[in-house]
Amino acid sequence: MAECPVCGYEFDLPPNTEEGEIISCEDCGSELEVTGKDSVQEAPAEEEDWGE
Amino acid sequence: MKVSIVGASGYGGGELLRLLLQHPHVEVHQCTSERNAGKPVTRLHPNLRKQTKMNFARIAELEEVDCIFVALPHTEAMKRFHQFSVRADRIVDLSADFRLKDPETYKHWYGTDHLLPERLPEFVYGNVELHREEMKTAKYISGAGCNATATILGLWPLFKSGLADSAYPVVAEAKCGSSEGGNRASEASHHPERSGCVRSYKPTGHRHAAEMAQELGTPVHFSATSIEMVRGILVTAHLFVKEGVAEKDIWKTYRQVYGDEPFIRIIKEKQGIYRYPEPKLLSGTNYCDIGFEMDGNRLVVMSAIDNLMKGAAGQAVHAMNVMCGFEETAGLGFAGLHPI
Repeated sequence: MAECPVCGYEFDLPPNTEEGEIISCEDCGSELEVTGKDSVQEAPAEEEDWGE
Repeated sequence: MKVSIVGASGYGGGELLRLLLQHPHVEVHQCTSERNAGKPVTRLHPNLRKQTKMNFARIAELEEVDCIFVALPHTEAMKRFHQFSVRADRIVDLSADFRLKDPETYKHWYGTDHLLPERLPEFVYGNVELHREEMKTAKYISGAGCNATATILGLWPLFKSGLADSAYPVVAEAKCGSSEGGNRASEASHHPERSGCVRSYKPTGHRHAAEMAQELGTPVHFSATSIEMVRGILVTAHLFVKEGVAEKDIWKTYRQVYGDEPFIRIIKEKQGIYRYPEPKLLSGTNYCDIGFEMDGNRLVVMSAIDNLMKGAAGQAVHAMNVMCGFEETAGLGFAGLHPI
């Protein structure tokens, strides 16, 4: 069971998922990088500043 | 089931009619408007052409039905309550007449005595998410205020779970569409005056604050600003959470409270154009979209609705569905438009 580091949602990684693959959290939609059998980390995303 | 709509010429009444004409378990029997009696309802609601050939009736002509929706100006529902209650077992009132449980609070905010204080306990406040179980056995429902609904739904899980730190005040600001003001024109709504305005119309003292305090159990310091938008409300609320509360805890709380709710969506995305709740996307839908962002212990909660739908007619139909044992989403399946 993996846990989304952003929202805490617990889920099973899809079968045949490979390390380094990018998946989306089913709850909050965050893009997650698979780092192990049951572990993920937030995937780096391109930032936009929206005029800031 | 037969229903009638009293006060169907206004925007709220028109939305009710649109929804109920499509409802799989409902037949709209009569629509009333004293000013427009005898005229086709499509004169006032042109979007319903080819949907109905009904004409407006008068209240005096109301016949017996299973449920009456009342969409009259404030104080009219309580003045005419007995007229409606003898013609229908169930009543859903969209006005503020039966929202506040305490008649003294009602008098304070509405400046007049409540005419039927003994009836107030019989009405269930209209937010299904808070009062579902009561609605299942209720006969009377009082629709919640639109700004109150957006604010309450955004904040309620945080107070229910105890994450909010009640030592600090809660401040909320609503950006509101012009349809909140109803369908009567005024000097202030005249196009050359209204167009382009960002109008602070209630920086303090908005009546919906009374509903927020009643339902949340804490005062909300509320301001409302009317902006260049016809439909929609975006509430931005600021509060403080207790020490140690992390973003994950907020997610878990919303998931726990709203995970099974058909009309609540948590919107907080890091990419894309619409990262937070956007009222424009909710036009015509019954959704309340909620987002949040943390800044230390300060939590900013954004909640958006269509004021005429989740803030009025959609909420009323949802409540009727629960009260009558229909599937909750019946008649409310519209997903909105994009682009719009």
